[in-house]
Amino acid sequence: MNIKKLGCSAIAFAAMAVGMPVAQAEDTLFMPSLTYRTGPFAGGGIPFADGYADYFNMLNERDGGIGGAKVVVEECETAYNTQKGVECYEATKGKGALAYSPLSTGISLAIIPKAPVDEIPVFSMGYGLSAAAIGEKFPWTFVYPTTYWNQLSSILKYIDSNGGIEGKKIGFIYLDVGYGKEPLPLLDSLSGTMGFEVAKYPIGVKEMQNQSAQWLNVRKDRPDWMIMWGWGAMNPTAVKEAAKIRFPLDRFIGNWWAGSHNDLRAVGQAGKGYLAANFSGIGTDFPALQDVITHVVDKGNSKVASKDDVGNVLYNRGLFNAVVLAEAVRVAQAKTGTAAITSADMRYGLENINLDEARLKELGLEGFTGPIKGSCSDHEGAGAVFMQQWNGEDWEKVTDLIEPMNDTVRPLLEEAAEKYISDKPEWQSQTCG
Amino acid sequence: MLYREAGQFKTTYADDQALLPIAQDRIGLFIILAIAFVALPLFASEFFLSSIMIPFLVFSLAAIGLNILMGYAGQLSLGTGAFMGVGAYACYKLTTLYPDMSIIVVLLLSGVFSAAIGVVFGLPSLRIKGLYLAITTLAAQFFLEWCFIRIGWLYNYNDSGAIEVPTRTILGLAVTGPQATPLTRYMFILCVVTIMTLIAANVLRGRIGRSWMMIRDMDIAAELMGIKPLNAKLSAFAFSSYYCGVAGALMVFFWLGSAEVEAFDINHSFLILFMVIIGGMGSLTGCFMGAAFIWVLPVILRAIPSAFDLNLLAATMEHISSIVIGVLIIFFLIVEPHGLARLWQIGKEKLRTWPFPYAT
Repeated sequence: MNIKKLGCSAIAFAAMAVGMPVAQAEDTLFMPSLTYRTGPFAGGGIPFADGYADYFNMLNERDGGIGGAKVVVEECETAYNTQKGVECYEATKGKGALAYSPLSTGISLAIIPKAPVDEIPVFSMGYGLSAAAIGEKFPWTFVYPTTYWNQLSSILKYIDSNGGIEGKKIGFIYLDVGYGKEPLPLLDSLSGTMGFEVAKYPIGVKEMQNQSAQWLNVRKDRPDWMIMWGWGAMNPTAVKEAAKIRFPLDRFIGNWWAGSHNDLRAVGQAGKGYLAANFSGIGTDFPALQDVITHVVDKGNSKVASKDDVGNVLYNRGLFNAVVLAEAVRVAQAKTGTAAITSADMRYGLENINLDEARLKELGLEGFTGPIKGSCSDHEGAGAVFMQQWNGEDWEKVTDLIEPMNDTVRPLLEEAAEKYISDKPEWQSQTCG
Repeated sequence: MLYREAGQFKTTYADDQALLPIAQDRIGLFIILAIAFVALPLFASEFFLSSIMIPFLVFSLAAIGLNILMGYAGQLSLGTGAFMGVGAYACYKLTTLYPDMSIIVVLLLSGVFSAAIGVVFGLPSLRIKGLYLAITTLAAQFFLEWCFIRIGWLYNYNDSGAIEVPTRTILGLAVTGPQATPLTRYMFILCVVTIMTLIAANVLRGRIGRSWMMIRDMDIAAELMGIKPLNAKLSAFAFSSYYCGVAGALMVFFWLGSAEVEAFDINHSFLILFMVIIGGMGSLTGCFMGAAFIWVLPVILRAIPSAFDLNLLAATMEHISSIVIGVLIIFFLIVEPHGLARLWQIGKEKLRTWPFPYAT
């Protein structure tokens, strides 16, 4: 480093130290990415973060950004830790962040109350608070394409269409934290209306890799179907245990965090037949993914470890997260007529998103996911999930999209949203639109 | 020369027994307080207040809590995270049950619950010592975590299973919840931490604090000299847990805004334990140094690459910062096993005779 460079960096450092905003090129769209490439769940966090960043980089390379404005993705490492997540939020919000995808339920819960105050929308794609689907009560939070509750209703519908659910016994194995417990109220209420029996098997965070005790109970209770709300190391362990007690794996269904390549590669052939819900396409047979490979991965601008990782379940989900945000930016740009939108415009964009079949085809994602249409009252977008099955080496899509039971779930969601805001007087006046 | 107390004559007993008998210490403390109360609120950015100063103060208070138990009373504890959790959950329950109660009263009361739980789990300390006691406090850690997950009443049966902080105001100014500005929250925490540190400093040099230190240094001798181990040990547990409980309530209500059980897990206990060990056992100054070392240093390290426009992956920086902190911990423990506070003490001794080290 020569003197001149040293001087420059010293000035840059001094500028940062006194908090001077570093001038950025005009018309950029700042997208913070709260990643967890380290920590206990890094296995799931790395592909997600890669997919997210690669899609925006592809748009920058191929189209010169969105509407002429380059997308700036800044990663901030949370290690899935709420305290670090809050620090990341505070560190990036001042730079003009357009939307946050917090990725952990803990960070979501910490950020959701801040969203209306800081006027930055939170896009927790299919996770976080299910109640946030009610847009009137949660104008700044979005949960496209569907919530945990609706996903559970889709899974139950799948069971119902495969030999009926009435009179059956459903085992529910879940990670014993907020995330895993979230679908329990719905499960209890539907067990009455649909007429099935529920057996619950909680797995503590510390017992993720030591589940034999619970699977002994499973063997004793003999449920007809098993549903899993798992994450991280819990998933491969559960599938292995299920195989060990000879539970029929084609009657074992994971939710969309319990069905990634990382989870099942560890199990391999033994996991053949295991089912999982998903809402983002598998593989690279989509024009948009081919563009990502040509413009980003082949040029060496991606952080993926190998090209084979492109197109795996969690990579595609991270990419889908970016697709929804990019589409929301376009909607907001069309409304304001400017390329560099604000986070308040972004909220409008997310609320008025309309990813129908035709639009998905234009984006090069035909058949990747179901159509999503947002509105003031619906921040869930009426999305749906499909079932995928592990064939021993790879995931295969085995069903079409299964519509959730909106008419049953929606009133429950409304009730939950009402409960959430009941002790928050400042939330009761806010509404969407 | 700089720290020489020569010429500072004490003419009353009160002077002689002052908290800081040396004028230089008083000036130094005054400058630090002036910076904390005046300069930082005026000049610091929101990020600095909310992500560096607020966590720093919260962790300092928790470290003081643990240091009272470990450094002064000599009882090893691994349950700090859980005791902080008791404070946080108690604060949440109280403020949702009685929304009109002032948040200050709620905060002070929540420490009482934590203290009570601390006394219960402190009972085994009457029979067992050292590492064995550490194991029983570990039991407290796991048992309380289990309670936070299982007892729905504690989190008002929220679907999310987490406690979410409602907005509370003091004289019309929002101090908790999303509307509270970092500045208000910082000033509130700063006042609480300052007052509680002052109380701790006075308790520690008084009769109660001395009885704790006697128990720490030799419990049989202390007993022979008329110190009741029951009172001394349990009061140490109560006092320590009170501080941890208030720190936990501050952490959730004034910093994070919501918390799941994971916020109070065993790693959290270890974090506070490291702060106490690095800072220096048996020193209040050390608590602040330890908290700064463990929490603030990584934040600064992480900010370095963006300041220099280096294109480093955030995750890489996370790894580098872990390595640097780890190396520094080993380095400091080799150079000075008694912690940063001891280094500061040695520095003061040197400054006393500087620049004529042989002319005592």
